[in-house]
Amino acid sequence: MTRSGGKFVGLLVALALAIGLNGCKQQGGSAADADEIIIGEYASLTGTTATFGVSTHNGVLLAIEEANAAGGINGKKIKLITEDDRSKADEARVVVTKLVTQNKAVAVLGEVASTRSMTAAPVCQQYKVPMVSPSSTNPEVTRKGDYIFRVCFTDDFQAAVVGKFAYDKGYRKAAIFKDMKNDYSVAFADNFAKSFVKQGGKVVGEQSYQEGDTDFKSQLNSLKAAGPDAILCPGYYSEVGTIARQAREIGLNVPILGGDGWDSPKLVPGAGTALNGCFFSNHRFSRELELPEIKAFIANFKKKYNENPDALAALGYDAAGLVVDAMKRATKLDGPGIRDAIAQTKGYKGVTGVITLDQNRNARKEALILRIDGEVFRVEKTYRPEELGQ
Amino acid sequence: MQQIAQQLIYGIQLGSLYALIALGYTMVYGVLRLINFAHGDVYMVGAFVGFYACTRWLPFKDLAVHPEAAGANIALAVVALLLAMAICSAMGVVIERFAYRPLRNGLQKADAHFWGLVLGFPITGLFMPVFAGWGPLVAVAVGIGVGFAMRPLVAWLARRVKLSESRLNALITAIGVSLLLENGGLLVFGANPNFIPNILPEHTYTLPGGVMVGSSQLTILGVSLFLMLSLRYIVMCTRPGKAMRAISHDIEAAKLMGIDTDRVIAFTFALGGSLAGAGGAMVAALTHVKITPLFGLLPGLKAFVAAVLGGAGSLPGAMVGGLLMGSAESFVAGSSLSMFRDAIAFCVLIIILLVRPAGLMGRHVPEKV
Repeated sequence: MTRSGGKFVGLLVALALAIGLNGCKQQGGSAADADEIIIGEYASLTGTTATFGVSTHNGVLLAIEEANAAGGINGKKIKLITEDDRSKADEARVVVTKLVTQNKAVAVLGEVASTRSMTAAPVCQQYKVPMVSPSSTNPEVTRKGDYIFRVCFTDDFQAAVVGKFAYDKGYRKAAIFKDMKNDYSVAFADNFAKSFVKQGGKVVGEQSYQEGDTDFKSQLNSLKAAGPDAILCPGYYSEVGTIARQAREIGLNVPILGGDGWDSPKLVPGAGTALNGCFFSNHRFSRELELPEIKAFIANFKKKYNENPDALAALGYDAAGLVVDAMKRATKLDGPGIRDAIAQTKGYKGVTGVITLDQNRNARKEALILRIDGEVFRVEKTYRPEELGQ
Repeated sequence: MQQIAQQLIYGIQLGSLYALIALGYTMVYGVLRLINFAHGDVYMVGAFVGFYACTRWLPFKDLAVHPEAAGANIALAVVALLLAMAICSAMGVVIERFAYRPLRNGLQKADAHFWGLVLGFPITGLFMPVFAGWGPLVAVAVGIGVGFAMRPLVAWLARRVKLSESRLNALITAIGVSLLLENGGLLVFGANPNFIPNILPEHTYTLPGGVMVGSSQLTILGVSLFLMLSLRYIVMCTRPGKAMRAISHDIEAAKLMGIDTDRVIAFTFALGGSLAGAGGAMVAALTHVKITPLFGLLPGLKAFVAAVLGGAGSLPGAMVGGLLMGSAESFVAGSSLSMFRDAIAFCVLIIILLVRPAGLMGRHVPEKV
């Protein structure tokens, strides 16, 4: 071998050592200590729905820190391991597999997006680790197995609320513009149509887009031709802003309605003034409600992060709080033991309402209709499940 | 009727953007017989340059607060557009020099230093955050060190490796560069969606018959047309353009006639990059879509289809292909079949290639054996 060849091999060895050492360091850190309980969390900390993941994570972290400050669980501290799924469904399955097999998490928190919760849920079910979703609203999520729970309402209810609200508001002809690759958006649109038609309204047009599209004018123009009183756009904030702008640009000035996927500090920067006076349904969390538990949560959250929490942060806080509460009651601190304790949750006092899990592992809660007013979301109306006969 | 005219206008606007990107594909294919898959990502970089120019680098004023600043903002927008074109054409040249040229001409010392700099960032990232504080400087220092360390490796490779005529190597390299730019973009820009605020005055004009045209659409269409005509002038009426055509005809013969082929190839990449950069910056600033590192993926793919559709290597073909793709997509999206919006592009491609295998305006040149 030539002299330079020798140098090359030397360099390769050095590189391999550097990478190898780094790998060892990471693995050493994740080994479980006997006096710690590990809760795994997967969230979209980056990617198309990053604000969802970051908000939720902040709420979860606050709940875990408060639980540890209050003495943990029977003297054991809780350790939260958070993995970023980069807003991708495949990635969610990978990181959840890592959380339950390598990190030996006894409970998993996540996700916001229903599509990602549904790809990760079978992993949790297979390894018998309970998974609690803070805010996935697609009904299918908890049907993946008896280890899958959620602390929010489902789209059956949320979309029915929007349908009823639209009819009560005087809209008779609605058009639907949904993200056809998003399980949340598709189910929302279907349930809205059912509820709206049952009330006596009519769906006059239906079009779809895909996350990542940049030009929505063609579809919006054909919706405009149908002459709707309102448009339902149950997508995520990352596209809704652009859709609203382009709708106004082509002279489609009717109100746009949506769901909790709009709840993000990035909604208004994306939309400019195009969404002013539009409505969306959300979980029962708003500073305008003047409830003591909400006030306390906002104060604690602001102290830690120096920003105002949104509904997703409150749901993350409730999901983590509910798991901690179940762990305190659990007879055995392993997957099945914690699952049974979570399933028996009754009347847990959360920030977003009193949580009782039904036999389908869903929470029955109130929904709000919020109106976008500049950069503020104002409470327009509150709906209880009983009002819709659910 | 009004619906059809309206959809046609959206289609032409979309199509002029596809044409702008497709021209870059087709020019590179013309001179090198290479499909430059990294081209869509150059478009993405153009959008990010537009974003940073509009929000940080240039003193744009918010129109909601200062309505009188419209004129100044338009002047600044031209600067932002030129900036995006300059940065993207430089990027095109760098990609050609350090990713594709070594495959044609072999490795040189400069290659060691360039890839050393690129490697410097992930290596530094193992020990400290690269994009904060001293991170970038340390990364560059590490990169220079790695560059010197790699010189013997590069010299060794340059002696050992026999250059291959295979086009597959260049194709796979192009896919690699594309992945590098997308994932590098995720590291540098982050994966959060970015939006450009309202910086340009917007008007909507109603034509007779109720068809509406926005000022942003007219701007995109006008700038694209101007750039395409300029490109046609450069290719048909200037000496570098003549050299490009000569290379596209027969690269070996062009070399024998004394044309500096490497320089002309770099020029081709610069032209293609500037068109893509202009397209990216315009879309980002005028349609207010979200800007992410995967911004160029789908438009790049569709523009590639447009280039093949029009006949790879043919400039008018790329324009016609782009317009055809844009209109087809717009009509399908506006009908009740909007879920097949992306599929239609490929259906059109299949049908046209069945009838005309070399594309609409491509010449069928039999392979010489």
